[in-house]
Amino acid sequence: MAKTVLDFERPIVELEKKIDEMKTVMQDLEISDEIDALEAKIEELRRSVYSNLTRWQKVQLARHPDRPYTLDYLGKVFTDFTELHGDRHFGDDKAIVGGFAQLEGRTVMVIGHQKGRDTKSNLYRNFGMANPEGYRKALRMMKLAAKFGKPVITLIDTPGAYPGLEAEERGQAEAIARNLFEMAQLPVPIVVVIIGEGASGGALGIGVGDRILMLENTWYSVIAPESCSSILWRSWEFKEQAAEALRLTAPDLLEQGIIDRIVPEPMGGAHRNPSEAAMLLKTVLVEEITQLSKMKPEPLVKQRIRKFSAMGKVSE
Amino acid sequence: MAWFKRSNSSITPSASKREVPDGSWVKCESCGEMMHLKQLQAACYTCIHCDASFRINSREYFSFLLDQGSFSEHDRKMRSTDPLKFTDTKRYADRIKATIDKTEMYDAVRTGMGKIDGRQVSVAMMDFGFIGGSMGSVVGEKISRAIDRAIKNRCALIIISMSGGARMMEGAFSLMQMAKTSARLSQLHAAGLPYISLMLDPTTGGVTASFAMLGDFNIAEPKALIGFAGPRVIKQTIGRDLPEGFQRAEFLLEKGFLDLIVPRKEMHKTISKILRMLDE
Repeated sequence: MAKTVLDFERPIVELEKKIDEMKTVMQDLEISDEIDALEAKIEELRRSVYSNLTRWQKVQLARHPDRPYTLDYLGKVFTDFTELHGDRHFGDDKAIVGGFAQLEGRTVMVIGHQKGRDTKSNLYRNFGMANPEGYRKALRMMKLAAKFGKPVITLIDTPGAYPGLEAEERGQAEAIARNLFEMAQLPVPIVVVIIGEGASGGALGIGVGDRILMLENTWYSVIAPESCSSILWRSWEFKEQAAEALRLTAPDLLEQGIIDRIVPEPMGGAHRNPSEAAMLLKTVLVEEITQLSKMKPEPLVKQRIRKFSAMGKVSE
Repeated sequence: MAWFKRSNSSITPSASKREVPDGSWVKCESCGEMMHLKQLQAACYTCIHCDASFRINSREYFSFLLDQGSFSEHDRKMRSTDPLKFTDTKRYADRIKATIDKTEMYDAVRTGMGKIDGRQVSVAMMDFGFIGGSMGSVVGEKISRAIDRAIKNRCALIIISMSGGARMMEGAFSLMQMAKTSARLSQLHAAGLPYISLMLDPTTGGVTASFAMLGDFNIAEPKALIGFAGPRVIKQTIGRDLPEGFQRAEFLLEKGFLDLIVPRKEMHKTISKILRMLDE
């Protein structure tokens, strides 16, 4: 299978390949010491590479084409996923998927952006860029969860809400605004997880919740670094600087008090070991949902609004 | 040398469009005709020849929307802390300082209490001249407090939007102001109080996708550009020209996202009538 390898991943991947070759080709020879030494070297290399990633490199990891998407997590973290479709007004947006699923025996509503893996599936999913009907479908499913008293988990992974002509005609802005307004008052727990890209209003449109989590190698900001570069620098060439300036990584947002927790990923990123990534996410989700489920709706909503009200820094 | 020159004081290059210039004679950018400043003011800053709305600031707008002398400003000096220490081609901190000096505003919104035909209202208006009317932490906080004042005083809320959207230089903080203001509006809604959202030219991005679209009454001035994505971005995405009148107020009314399009000269009367009917 053709895997995408990012520039900074290359030395590690090459060493790993070398070990695999040695293991298979020279099975009978006495080279285990050599392999051990090489493995130690890889471990060291991994540590030095992944603990020193620039913000732009993290953006690249968040967009890695082999990274697990919402439906991958739905298969690995949850059981009995029953996908629900449509916003009951216009259509079924394929860029947002959702439905009831079980998390360790507890029924939850899971809603997330869905990207495709190749050209065909990306066109089908519109590259994870939702239209208004996607946000309205998400809201419909959240209200369904509220009706039955089930917690909501949203998984965010989008390059942005779709900036198309029909999206405007059908009220992209209204759809997102409505979700922010309604999610603030939803009387069931909401856990939000950024699993890849969290670009602007398109991400926030399913991003209001009681606990906001980010996977280790993801980004979340008001604008994508390239677009920021094109507007403020008047050129697409300053994306690295824009990524640095926006402070958009998980540790940045934790420091800013905007997210509550970072979910660890396997060494090298979720795409290097999707099953392990899913287990790490599952552990955290079970913990968070168990905690939040103890709260009554009224204090839950009050606390959620207080949480968002505290965001921002001003001087007076 | 690039074939275009960037404007370095504002994120949108057309900030000076139809702005009221100094001096007592003014020219309408739409029709090119001249008129005296007093004539312009008497016509609520619309052209006496072609009715085009001039792009005006909050002080000028309040002059005909609110009862004479009824406005009292709140949180006037609240300002940005530059929480990310953001720098692009220049430091955000310097940009703010320069804009404060130029506009005599501390950020992109003016908020306070006022009266419309004797009825108390909590009012907020964005100022496009302050970094494109963009929403960062200060705008979000001041609007949230304006919502709280409406709840506390049991009165209507009026937010007048004119903005390029969320402010990039405060990163995720700016984004979260969308959630913050919308959450607070849900409290106003629960309190059963009216919210009139008035959208001026232009209202786009994160402002449209939060409080601007959430009015009990969504009102716009004629021809105002209102949208989520800007026309340039949409054109790039779809690879063809946009239809005439796309994203203009008349288009939004047709698509079902506005209640009313009201000419500026009738704005005070229309809003006053709505408030009166809700009271009676």
